Amino acid sequence: MSGSSFLTQVWALARRSIVRTMRQPAVIVSALLFPMMFFSINASGLDAASRIPGFPTDSYLDFAFAFPLVQASLFGAITAGSDLARDIESGFFDRLSLTPMRPVALLGGMLAGVVALGLLQGVVFLAVGLLMGVNVSSGIPGMFVLVVLTVLVALGFGGIGAILAIRTGSVEAVESAFPLFFVSIFLSSINLPRNLIEADWFRFVATINPISYLVEGIRSLVITGWDAQALFLGFGCAIAIMVLAIGGAAASLRTRVA
Amino acid sequence: MGGFFQVAWAVAGRQIYKYFTNPAFLAPALFPLFFFVAFAGGLTRVGDVPGFDYAAGYIAFQYVWALLQAVSMGGAFTGFSIAGDFENGFARRLMLAASNRYGIILGYTIASLVRATMTGALVTVIALVTGIPISGGFDLFGLIGLAVLVNIAATLFGAGVAMLLRTQQAGPLIRTPIFLVLFLAPVFVPLNLLTGWIETVARLNPFTPILTAARGFLAGDPTDVATAFAISAALVVALALWAVYGLRRAEKAG
Repeated sequence: MSGSSFLTQVWALARRSIVRTMRQPAVIVSALLFPMMFFSINASGLDAASRIPGFPTDSYLDFAFAFPLVQASLFGAITAGSDLARDIESGFFDRLSLTPMRPVALLGGMLAGVVALGLLQGVVFLAVGLLMGVNVSSGIPGMFVLVVLTVLVALGFGGIGAILAIRTGSVEAVESAFPLFFVSIFLSSINLPRNLIEADWFRFVATINPISYLVEGIRSLVITGWDAQALFLGFGCAIAIMVLAIGGAAASLRTRVA
Repeated sequence: MGGFFQVAWAVAGRQIYKYFTNPAFLAPALFPLFFFVAFAGGLTRVGDVPGFDYAAGYIAFQYVWALLQAVSMGGAFTGFSIAGDFENGFARRLMLAASNRYGIILGYTIASLVRATMTGALVTVIALVTGIPISGGFDLFGLIGLAVLVNIAATLFGAGVAMLLRTQQAGPLIRTPIFLVLFLAPVFVPLNLLTGWIETVARLNPFTPILTAARGFLAGDPTDVATAFAISAALVVALALWAVYGLRRAEKAG
């Protein structure tokens, strides 16, 4: 099978994935509304935290801006994973395997849908954040980097959603993973910088939690400008999660098809 | 009147039996526990913000919110159970058999209180393990009293929605308003440290005085107690009428 034919298959399934998502207004609204709602509540409710000595910025709004981007990636992963599980439950996946289409194209198509949703969320959140008063210190180039990092995070989470979907073949199982994802976001440096976390066990968990580095990479673009170390760790973690998750999803797919 | 209590005990007995034969009955405690661990563990330094004057400390500050969230979610989950009973046909048979249908609402409320006692106890045990100071003495009964009223109010709200819609798809309509009311209160810092739109909303939120008084009880410094109990009682009365309205709509639907 030629490369162009494979890409055609991926494109066909990506279009199907995107159209299916766009035809579910409830999914789009919740993917855009809930992260912004939580962001707005957290940023306002914790505004006083910016008065803690040593806090890296005087605006908690800027500090918290990574939250909706990471949370939205999580929502996107659950949505995409659920869609893939639904394809397995409904028999679409089995019918697809009877055609010359390569099953890995289904994974590629699903991940393309994740990228599209992640891109939409990144751009919308950036626009809303700027309107709310978020100041991106790294300027317009930093905004592009921020969206790229957000899309990589979405791809990584999307890969994990795909593993769950392929291994369980159950929408319910994918949906029930939501609290685990949610917990892992909060057990990171999402609400306070790691050096200001007082509880030793929490600081330890936040330090070994890769989400802290994704958050800090995004955050550095907003509150610091260009911080090479934070960006290196952020992109490094995002790419590592993406490679491991997509690799794991492809391996799971091979097992399922075999 | 005898029929009212007979029906209530029968419904409560069945629900309580269902709880204790299903490990998922502690599910309402999961999110409050998780938020308690995340906020009390990760945000302790917020207690150092100038003007943060809660004597019992930040972990206790978060515990009260987690406790009230646990009992509220206990009420919401009872709403889910009622919706499930309508979907599987049990509630319709129950309404045909019950000599006094208002007893059904009381029955679910009693069962919800039993569930909230378990989930509230679980959150409290975890909080004690993490070292919250208990300095309220007899004032703690005030905290428990408020938690009971909050659970009853949340249960009656969930029951009203569940009986009105009679489908498990009503879940988000039960859960989301409760979550919003809980989060649009002074969750992270006291009311005097809130600014902007959240301060305005928190001041208008009827849950804020309840939360403030409950925190006062734990710290041994009761604050606005009469207001908190008056608001809680008013909520219970208003939401009881809402649940009765839902029951009547369910009766009409047959």
